Amino acid sequence: MNSIFVYCELEGVQVSPVSQELLTKGRSLANQLGVKLEAIAIGSNLDGIEKQILPYGVDVLHVFDDKALAPYTTAPHSAILVKLFQEEQPQIALMGATVIGRDLGPRVSSALGSGLTADCTNLEIGEYEDKKSGQVYENLLYQIRPAFGGNIIATIVNPDHRPQMATVRQGVMKNEILKADYKGEIVMHKVSDYISQADLAVSVIERHMQKPSHHLDSASIVVAGGYGMGSREGFDMLFKLADVLHAEVGASRAAVDAGFVDHDRQIGQTGLTVRPKLYIACGISGQIQHIAGMRESSLIMSINQDPDAPINAIADYVVTGRVEDVIPKMIRNLKEISK
Amino acid sequence: MDKFNIIVLAKQVPDTRQVGKDAMNADGTINRAALPAVFNPEDLNALEQALAIKDRYPGSTVTMLTMGPERAKEIVMEGVFRGADGGYLLTDRLFAGADTLATSYALSTAIRKIGKFDIIIGGRQAIDGDTAQVGPQVAEKLGLNQITYVEEILDMDSKSVTVKRVITGGVETVKAPLPCLLTVNGSAAPCRPRNARLLMGRKNYEVPAWTVADVNADPTKCGLSGSPTKVKKIENIVFQAKESKRYGADEKEIAALIEELAVNHIIG
Repeated sequence: MNSIFVYCELEGVQVSPVSQELLTKGRSLANQLGVKLEAIAIGSNLDGIEKQILPYGVDVLHVFDDKALAPYTTAPHSAILVKLFQEEQPQIALMGATVIGRDLGPRVSSALGSGLTADCTNLEIGEYEDKKSGQVYENLLYQIRPAFGGNIIATIVNPDHRPQMATVRQGVMKNEILKADYKGEIVMHKVSDYISQADLAVSVIERHMQKPSHHLDSASIVVAGGYGMGSREGFDMLFKLADVLHAEVGASRAAVDAGFVDHDRQIGQTGLTVRPKLYIACGISGQIQHIAGMRESSLIMSINQDPDAPINAIADYVVTGRVEDVIPKMIRNLKEISK
Repeated sequence: MDKFNIIVLAKQVPDTRQVGKDAMNADGTINRAALPAVFNPEDLNALEQALAIKDRYPGSTVTMLTMGPERAKEIVMEGVFRGADGGYLLTDRLFAGADTLATSYALSTAIRKIGKFDIIIGGRQAIDGDTAQVGPQVAEKLGLNQITYVEEILDMDSKSVTVKRVITGGVETVKAPLPCLLTVNGSAAPCRPRNARLLMGRKNYEVPAWTVADVNADPTKCGLSGSPTKVKKIENIVFQAKESKRYGADEKEIAALIEELAVNHIIG
């Protein structure tokens, strides 16, 4: 049976968290189907890269190591994947729903004429009956994703074309090493067999990486503000609350769109997915597209002057009042108990 | 002086940002009638980049291209009112039900028919699907280089374009040969409003409508039959309502709330 392939996104020579999550998921899907898990690493100076990848239970690692392959540009990476997939005929191919995965995935799927489902939040194996032809397909990949602004959940299948391709969001799947000394095969490919000079026409002239301004994805407490915070100054109050709680500050799309806070703090369907121990939603009404990014928090607190705000329905603690009244009192009481 | 022929890809979408209680039918399907149809927001950012090129390089042209039902010609008109030269609507029942691959195939056939272009610009993604797939797939079908997540066009000459794009954790400057395809982020410059003179002067512009036959498309590659992905199931999202503890905003209640969190080791 044909393998499952995972494209490992590299940050320098570090495998990105979303790729580790996909290797974890890929391993469990491969077990379920009784097939091999194969991984692809494309970059430069990849000596020893297998140490980061094989422990996830990878049976075959395909390495493409060449100066021209980093930093990432679309054409050489997609040329490699297209040819490799034509040779290896994977049944499933997965990549992260990141800037790179969302640039690369559609390009490869278009070249192969295979379907691609973007931004999945879950993957399962199951059967599918084509209502028109009556044909039943076994062991298809269910590509499950929120759609329509996060208002519905769609299960997509790709019955007739291979590979079944999906990009998957970071932070929605587990990240677990299978076995530190898992034995897998390493295949070093000759890069010049896969790319041509024409694939190198786009050049990265300059790159400027910023230190991350927050650690929302790993915070154990998140204080998030919505449109109800009213202003950038309103968010200053949230930063103070976050400070005493050792928390990170997030926001709803409405607050980001209103310019109260930077875009990179947006939580929800089109932003980050977080799952902290405590999520404090301040002045957030609770549109489904926001809830999609925080519903798996262990505990949810809502502070809202509307006692019927939709988010209150999923909150463990509901404080009914104006945020500008409630939050300073919380800060004062928190300082009190930490004395 | 350099001149460029620019094609803008734009989509009319239901405004999923305005989803209210009546947006979903009882059976879990979407009540499209309850949602206004709008110009996909990031496609407006794309249009602005195109119009800015036209400002900078007089004699350049901007051509709108959209696919959808008859009323989607509003998208072309909106582009014209903001400064585009004209555009086309791809409309045919055979195009209906297309996934991203069939959509990009259809758009690529129309672009071949338009023929002359130096640069194609679209929004990064549409708010009804949020897939970001159509831009790269159109580029692949036309054999063009692509640059996605573009924030700003920094420079152009007769042979190349240089852009700033946003990547995970930073920004990069990328140079690509022309012709190529760009997709533009919502954080890029907002689109200029309608121009009053154009609103008067171009209001009778007839948007040419093209069918599958007009663009010489293979009907088996269009619409539902050209779509490898199938929707198995759509579910309405139902959240499990919780039994929540309720507090008021006065000093005593907030103190009790903080006490509760501390006692249960949720904080501290």
